[in-house]
Amino acid sequence: MNYGPLIFLAAFFALAGSWSGFVLTPQLQIGRLQQTNTIGNPTAAYPVARPGLAQQGLDVYRANGCAYCHSQQVGQTGTVLEIALTDAGTNHPPIIAALLKLAAAPADGPTVLTALPQLEAARTNGGSAMLLDGLPKAFLRSSSREGANAAIKALYAAGAKAQLWIVPVGPDLARGWGSRRTVAEDFLFDAPVMPGSQRVGPDLANMGTRQPNVNLHLLHLYAPQLQMKGSTMPPYRFLFERRKIGLEPSPEALVLPAEVAPPAGYEVVPKPPARALAAYLASLRADAPLFNAPLTVPASATPATSTNAATTAASAK
Amino acid sequence: MNPNHPKSPFIIHNSSFNLPPSVAPDVIDASCRLPLVVLFLSAAVWLLTASAFGLIASIKFHAPGFLADSAWLTYGRVRPAGVNAMLYGFCLQAGLGVALWMLARLGRTTLAAPWMVIVGALCWNLGVAAGVVGILGGGSTGFENLEMPAYAAALVFLGYLMMAFWGVLTFHQRRERQLYVSQWFLFAALFWFPWIYSTANLVLQGFGARGMAQAVIAWWYSDNLLVVWLALVGLAAIFYFVPKLLNRELHSRYLALMAFWMLILFASWGGIPASAPVPAWMPTLSVVTTVLGVITVIAVFVNVFRTTGGKCLMRMSNPSLKFIGAGLASFVVVGFASAVTALPAVNQVTQFTWFTIGKGLLNFYGFFAMVIFGAIYYIVPQLMGQEFPFPKLVRAHFFTAALGVLLFAVPLAVGGIAQGLKLQHAVIFADIAKGTLPFLRASTVGDLMMALGHVMFLVNLGGLVFQFYRGRALSAWAEATAEIKTAEARP
Repeated sequence: MNYGPLIFLAAFFALAGSWSGFVLTPQLQIGRLQQTNTIGNPTAAYPVARPGLAQQGLDVYRANGCAYCHSQQVGQTGTVLEIALTDAGTNHPPIIAALLKLAAAPADGPTVLTALPQLEAARTNGGSAMLLDGLPKAFLRSSSREGANAAIKALYAAGAKAQLWIVPVGPDLARGWGSRRTVAEDFLFDAPVMPGSQRVGPDLANMGTRQPNVNLHLLHLYAPQLQMKGSTMPPYRFLFERRKIGLEPSPEALVLPAEVAPPAGYEVVPKPPARALAAYLASLRADAPLFNAPLTVPASATPATSTNAATTAASAK
Repeated sequence: MNPNHPKSPFIIHNSSFNLPPSVAPDVIDASCRLPLVVLFLSAAVWLLTASAFGLIASIKFHAPGFLADSAWLTYGRVRPAGVNAMLYGFCLQAGLGVALWMLARLGRTTLAAPWMVIVGALCWNLGVAAGVVGILGGGSTGFENLEMPAYAAALVFLGYLMMAFWGVLTFHQRRERQLYVSQWFLFAALFWFPWIYSTANLVLQGFGARGMAQAVIAWWYSDNLLVVWLALVGLAAIFYFVPKLLNRELHSRYLALMAFWMLILFASWGGIPASAPVPAWMPTLSVVTTVLGVITVIAVFVNVFRTTGGKCLMRMSNPSLKFIGAGLASFVVVGFASAVTALPAVNQVTQFTWFTIGKGLLNFYGFFAMVIFGAIYYIVPQLMGQEFPFPKLVRAHFFTAALGVLLFAVPLAVGGIAQGLKLQHAVIFADIAKGTLPFLRASTVGDLMMALGHVMFLVNLGGLVFQFYRGRALSAWAEATAEIKTAEARP
């Protein structure tokens, strides 16, 4: 290594390698992603571009560096299979008995989600109508496909109809931050992409699902400590205008509690960037069931009857 | 490889008969003087600016309402402004200064076109200033470590090209054909940055990439800058100064060669977090190469350890060696921490926590800045031909810097692990966030200590430069006035 050109070539090929790996290939692979269809709804394309105001809100999110405190990536540690009863017919006692029998199965069998005393009570004093109310409802959880199939067979023999639900699990999901892991498709139409690297504040991947109300977002941006005592989120008052009430109060003025309210005769009105940011936050929903991140949305939530067939097909993979 | 050893490349032995004779060190230093003064002084000013931004950001965790009503000083703008001031204002700028000096000294030749380097440095500083103001004004690009808006990035790129081109020319016109290990690292670093910087800016701000491809490219850029570039320059300085100041030979040229190859071949593939929502082969590849990075760290450590004969650099009397020793220690810690936290099971805990931030800042302030401080404390007195005006402040700077780094990296690391462990359970998030506050507030003390050290650094550096140019001006004045007197006395 005594020649300049040799060092140059070494460095050139090393960097060219990593460049083609992590610049060129992602462009070819992720850069060519197209909209995909969601499970159970073959006509619904995912993702769809955000509405105009939310698109502007992405810009406010970028300019004020929201991504330094909020990630938009939900993780998932795995999936479990849940067995849901869709139809319990009219003869309940055998179904309850079958559920109890499955609950008593060896350790590798499915676990029962409903409390055992409740099941026992349903068997003895016939409270099964209440227990089997509001179907479809998940009763069993299984970690293996075989166990789940056996359970479904047993329930079928007892006169019930059951189906498999795929349920992603993990601490993030248990905290209510989403219903499945985040995938590359979720960011398809965002520029710039800000997945975030820190959780000083909560993850926002599904903020719109958790809080669809734009007005509450505005209130939170104006005075974060109102909704979350002791929060370290800074207030974003520069996105709002405090002004004298004109002829009549503005319909857009924030409804503020006494401790942060402006003096009498004044009102706090969100400026356009604040409205855009709130619209963006409300548009954050990364919960569509996809083939590379499957989950079952209970049939009551989706009107299409094909949902169940599709999810069962996906779970078989 | 001892600079003073008879067979060392540092000693003139013109094996190639057609080579022009080497240039004396003081002539080389004179050619480097003004460009390096510009680079080091502006780097020191940026360092202090970054500390000020860092402190503002840190105080916001004590009082979220602090300076919150100004859009320009909201947390999400102050923090990237501080990081960019530190990275582009200090790390790259001071690193380039040290690199140019090492290239000139190792090549036994004067710095090529010092004036062009000064123009480049001014262009660079203009770009960084425009970038930092742009970020504060809301013009950030949204990509971490690459926040500077396009107009600033263009200036920064131009400034770099102007400095690096003359660096390459200095390397080319070297009078000493035998290459020392540091030269490999520096030569690779010189052209590593323009490639990654132009790629990242053109793709992310120019042509545009779709979806998560943007994030992958941003991660690739960050890794190549923060892990590869900083290590290339930092290790070049370690391999140059440790043998030189100890008056010993570098233990093994081949071990250094291995570290060089490992760094450029593997470290350049790191950076994609194990949990990233991208096709699985990308994080997998990054995990493997990051874990392999341990080999680089061990190779460097063993090489330096054998060079010093097992003595601790931080306990040497030479302040430059103290700083470089602390830098090497941080390099080892960061390397091992990166390898361990790259493993998916550990990454599950440390991702999204303050641990990652603490590790990143340890790389900046613990490794790179420390090594560069050590180098500057050696180089600048050589350039000026005189000692620092406040030698005690150099020692004080070492203690505040070392203590500051400890006080700030340890709480963030411990707090980050605690935060990550809690994130593994479905605990209410607000409680987790509150649990990190004591650690964050403790780290503010470290911020303060480091800021104090940076003031000492600037005072000493500025003092020496002032002293030197004042001396020059005075002697020039004396000469000028003396001449007039003799002219008057003649008739």
